[in-house]
Amino acid sequence: MNAEGMFRRQVEVALTVNGEPVEARVDAGKHLVDFLRLDLGLTGSHAGCEHGVCGACTIRVNGEIVRGCLVLTAQLDGAEVWTVEGVSETGEMRALQDAFVQRNALQCGFCTPGMLFAAAELVERGGRPSREEIREHMSGNYCRCTGYEAIIDAIEQVTSDQEGAR
Amino acid sequence: MKATRVGYWRADSVEAALGALRSAAGSAQLLAGGQSLVASLNLRLADETNLIDINGLTELEGVSDEGDRIRVGALTRHRTLETAPLVASSAPALAEAAVLIAHAAIRTRGTLGGSLAYADPAAELPACMVALEADIVARSADDRRRIPAESFFEGLFQTALAEDEMIEAVEVPKAGPLERQVVLELARRSGDYAMVGLVLRADVEGHALARSRIAYFGLGAVPVLARGAMSALEAGDLDAAVAALAQDLDPPSDLHASAEYRLHLAGVLLRRAVARARAEGGST
Repeated sequence: MNAEGMFRRQVEVALTVNGEPVEARVDAGKHLVDFLRLDLGLTGSHAGCEHGVCGACTIRVNGEIVRGCLVLTAQLDGAEVWTVEGVSETGEMRALQDAFVQRNALQCGFCTPGMLFAAAELVERGGRPSREEIREHMSGNYCRCTGYEAIIDAIEQVTSDQEGAR
Repeated sequence: MKATRVGYWRADSVEAALGALRSAAGSAQLLAGGQSLVASLNLRLADETNLIDINGLTELEGVSDEGDRIRVGALTRHRTLETAPLVASSAPALAEAAVLIAHAAIRTRGTLGGSLAYADPAAELPACMVALEADIVARSADDRRRIPAESFFEGLFQTALAEDEMIEAVEVPKAGPLERQVVLELARRSGDYAMVGLVLRADVEGHALARSRIAYFGLGAVPVLARGAMSALEAGDLDAAVAALAQDLDPPSDLHASAEYRLHLAGVLLRRAVARARAEGGST
């Protein structure tokens, strides 16, 4: 086997993004958020620290939340990717988005798409998490504006409304 | 920042991945969950490199019952360790440790094998392997060997793996009926690497702890077994066990904590861990 020849600088992938099929040829080192923003024009996913700390790039791949900056596009052949643009269109995060607005859970908005995906996972689990549990779950997402209390208020509102409606 | 030039190849079988690893002769590395590797590419800490992506190799993923041990595939995600019933019943320390690793969106990708092969001294899972006396199953193109966890971690980010070997799985002895496992750590912020952490395993009967193993992490280049403290606990003397830590451990000073502070915290964690093991064992 010719080891040098087998490694590709550019890789072809076919995946779905927000339900739409996408085929592309990408640099092997390009992470998913750059692909979404620069190649597809989907600028709702934000590249913050680009080493997995800040959480601004949190999106959904194959049904699970991931750090978009720590996944290479080359790895995503056959994957299903959802971004904040897609879930805004389907309306699946409407309640969370409304609660973020009502509770002033954002100021500049840079962290918000990642916050929504992280929060949605907690909401989907059901139950009525305590503020402490919400805080722990959201601890991987940084916000430099709000001081977090308003974000926790918004998530708590959605989880308690959801439980009340049962 | 953005990654430097990267070469990529997706392996479609373990044999093909091992063949590629051998023929690359050190110029390629395995891409598992990528939660440290991709970060280091983005930060340009890693030079131009070739990646062998093993994420499609589902035979490396999952937890199985092997009689008196469980086998955990190298590609098993931290999220699976958190949730798998067989882990909860047979090696609960792995589930408890998994929750302490970073954050949910990282645990969905990060893998057991990746964490062990990377061998970060502050990571939880290497210390679990040492405390639970696990074997690391290493495989190359023409060989397979079992490496006891205690001799697997050789130094800072260094393991006993040869250049052409990959971790296939780990084998962890099942916890017996009296066995209690506790994982505790202290970190400045939730999800950060710990300043000090420990994994305690012991058979608990009444107030007595037998067969105890205590592995610390974040206190040296590799997970550290606190042998003096282990034998003091065997003799039933918790105060002596805490005192023995001064000989067992040689913690570093850095910007997160001084050596003296770390040693103090190591004692605090040991007392908490023993109290919890006794409480779970039905004694207080």
